[in-house]
Amino acid sequence: MFSLEAALGAMLVGALTFYLLFGGADFGAGMWTLFPAGRFAQEQRALIDRAIGPIWEANHVWLIIAVTILFTAFPAAFAVISTRLHIPLTLMLIGIVLRGTAFAIRTHDVASKPDGVSGAPPIWHRVFGWSSLFTPAMLGLVLGSIASGRAAAPSASFTETFISPWLAPFPVTIALLTSATVAYLAAVYLLLESRDPAFADLFRRRSATAWVVVTILGGAGLWAARDGAPEIYHGLVQTGLGRVGVGATLLLHAAALWALLSRRDAWARVLAAAAAVAMLWGWAASQFPYLVEPSVTIYDAAPPATLRLLFFSLCGGSLLLLPLLYFLYKVFKGEVIAPRAPADKLS
Amino acid sequence: MSDLLAARSQMAMSLGFHIVFAAIGIAMPLLMAVAEWRWLRTGDARFLTLAQRWSKGTAILFAVGAVSGTVLSFELGLLWPSFMERAGPVIGPLFALEGFAFFTEAIFLGLYLYGWSRLSAKQHFQAGLVVAVSGIFSAVFVVTANAWMNAPTGFELDQGRLIRVDPWAAMVHPVAWHQIVHMVLAAFAATGFLVAGIHAFLLLNDPGSFLHRQALSAALIVGAVPALFQLVSGDLIAKSVAHHQPAKLAAMEALFRTQDGAPFVIGGLPDESTQRIPYGIHIPNLLSILLHGDPHATVVGLDAVPPEDRPPVAVVHVAFQVMVGCGLILAGLAVWAGWLWWKGRPLDENRRLLWALALASPLGFIAIEAGWVVTEVGRQPWIVDHVIRTADAVTPMPGLWVPMITFTLLYFVLAAVVVWAMWRHIAASDRGAPRLAKEVAV
Ligand code: HDD
Ligand code: HEM
Ligand code: HEM
Repeated sequence: MFSLEAALGAMLVGALTFYLLFGGADFGAGMWTLFPAGRFAQEQRALIDRAIGPIWEANHVWLIIAVTILFTAFPAAFAVISTRLHIPLTLMLIGIVLRGTAFAIRTHDVASKPDGVSGAPPIWHRVFGWSSLFTPAMLGLVLGSIASGRAAAPSASFTETFISPWLAPFPVTIALLTSATVAYLAAVYLLLESRDPAFADLFRRRSATAWVVVTILGGAGLWAARDGAPEIYHGLVQTGLGRVGVGATLLLHAAALWALLSRRDAWARVLAAAAAVAMLWGWAASQFPYLVEPSVTIYDAAPPATLRLLFFSLCGGSLLLLPLLYFLYKVFKGEVIAPRAPADKLS
Repeated sequence: MSDLLAARSQMAMSLGFHIVFAAIGIAMPLLMAVAEWRWLRTGDARFLTLAQRWSKGTAILFAVGAVSGTVLSFELGLLWPSFMERAGPVIGPLFALEGFAFFTEAIFLGLYLYGWSRLSAKQHFQAGLVVAVSGIFSAVFVVTANAWMNAPTGFELDQGRLIRVDPWAAMVHPVAWHQIVHMVLAAFAATGFLVAGIHAFLLLNDPGSFLHRQALSAALIVGAVPALFQLVSGDLIAKSVAHHQPAKLAAMEALFRTQDGAPFVIGGLPDESTQRIPYGIHIPNLLSILLHGDPHATVVGLDAVPPEDRPPVAVVHVAFQVMVGCGLILAGLAVWAGWLWWKGRPLDENRRLLWALALASPLGFIAIEAGWVVTEVGRQPWIVDHVIRTADAVTPMPGLWVPMITFTLLYFVLAAVVVWAMWRHIAASDRGAPRLAKEVAV
């Protein structure tokens, strides 16, 4: 059942997927700077700057694309979300501003060098780390509230309208899960990009630890959904499609651990990303056709003329964009995309 | 402070912050491309050093531009949800296209900033050009959206709802053209004179420096030519405002009464209660001449609109005067420098010109801020002219002064940090120059 509304809804999820896989990992990489790396401290800084420096601004644009799709095609949902979730969205924006600025200051300070020596005062390194942790959590909080059905429920008092949609176990669990997931993705990606084997092992240990945390929080999220997001719970656990989604996520997630432990790093990267995508899509599918549970659906959309124009703009734009993005990654991640070592044959 | 006022202040502050970085983001890539092109042409590595020095500093400004722009995209909903709910379907596609301009810009910016050793010299130069062009495209799309707010088209109004929406009409908007040209010229003029002023100042302390001399001439070319065209563009945009938004024009000129042979008022502080302009200098008939080419033409005054639909006069008038004043000074400097150049005199030895350029360096940005105050405050009390009132669009969220103060403090800190970081780049000037060239080129 193709409809413009569904197609644009899918594109919205697509933009969020790219944001999770690429933009998310940039935040995750920043988070790891909070953890001590012992004798690798400088190398870690160099690695992370090298890994995200050239691409983070491009990766960040996925979020902007998602917002524009939302307010152009689904203005009613945008109005509800930005009114009721004003507080976490504002916090997220503060995080975005601090993360971007701190990263730029620390890498482009006049005395900073590509080998990880930074001329910026230490405070900017800490701001970078903490805002990298905080921002995805706020995004998760927003997504969790949207799914929970509390953001669009009728309300009377200030607390009911502007606080309780997000200050509840389910959104908070999703917030933690989001940060953990991007940290996990980043660790797995960085594993492949660190050249020194001992240093790579540090990221292998970190990946495995993050894997455990993601697993626990994922389980907790599902459990919290029973009361906290009943429609999502129903969609995930009590429908055939939902069960397939949960099953696929679990399988991919388990396979990623196997690849990690058996040092199939390229596979680990693909499987970890695939599990994250399966999780996101499972959520999206279980929420369909609602944009904001339990009242705004994707059929509360802009007029067809707008949807058509937007749809074709996005298609045309992507035709231009995807090859360019590929080129960008190839220039800076050439060694990683097309590795020489036989163990890394994949992709 | 009322929530409406807090929301307006927050929007004004966020936009006023973003536009500085946006304008630099539009014009700086061209400056860097000029330096790099001269390196390619002459093989003189000092031009490469200049391009790399500029690019290292600009990287920070780009990042701040990107994140402050993200804040704006969300603020449209956080502060004005019912504006976006109604206007989103008309102007949304413009923002989507803008998104692709951002993408192109960000991709090529990454290639440009980090690709010195990974791309061939020619590819690298071309990447810089793409950054410049996509920056201009971002401005085109977003300014078109703003033009639609000033002169909305492409829908019918049915009890406050926008129906029969035609988003194409917003894309090919008659007013947009003037605003786009004016904004893009402004970005080049302001950035060009800012950079020229900094290097003029450095030349005063370090006469004869090759780097600063070349930087000065590149920046002057990029800034001066647009500053001259800006006068023409300003005249055209004023005529367009007179046609589409007579109330805004009347506020700009502090014209309280509709009259034949309207005077042009220079300076002054209009007082809405007495309808007088203390300290203003009146030049009879000039406004009628400027707008209609006829000293006796009728110009619509503020009395043509009901009092509740009038914009605040004093703010708009003063802001307009500030913009025009800055514009005339910059154009004057452009003529001065151009004349010296034409006579074949070296600009960098004329200390008076260097001082004047150094003092004038912030004027372009002051003009940009003032110009946007004219546009946005002059549109009040409407968020979409004669369609949606600003007061009806504001979010029901109470306590808006909290985010307003938070963002104000945040942006103050960021502004200070950016100035500090730029100062380090400028101060490292000659000490670091040769070393940097080697480092980046490894
Ligand atoms: C370097 C910056 C700069 C300079 C020198 C000028 N302007 Fe300007 N002006 C702008 C930068 C700017 C701006 C910030 O870019 C605005 C705000 C909205 C827009 O599109 O451009 C603007 C707006 C703007 C408007 C309001 C447009 C609207 O509301 O739609 C008018 C009537 C003028 N300008 C007229 C002039 C005149 C007669 C100038 C003669 C000296 C002039 N400007 C110099
Ligand atoms: C006339 C006003 C504006 C102009 C000329 C302008 C222009 C630009 C330019 C050239 C950039 C990229 C350069 C840089 O990163 O420094 C940029 C970034 C951005 N702008 Fe603006 N802008 C304007 C107003 C706005 C408004 C009102 C919004 C939001 C609704 C907005 C949203 C953004 C966003 C989201 C980015 C970040 C793009 C990225 O991630 O690279 N801008 N703007
Ligand atoms: C970047 C340059 C810009 C600056 C410096 C600027 C400045 C301002 C100012 C001073 C206000 C407050 C007016 C008042 O309430 O008295 C304002 C409001 C606003 N501006 Fe802009 N503006 C810019 C560009 C834009 C663009 C490109 C858009 C839209 C695409 C836009 C959308 C708005 C909206 C929605 C409001 C709030 C409603 C209103 O007060 O009318 N602005 N801006």
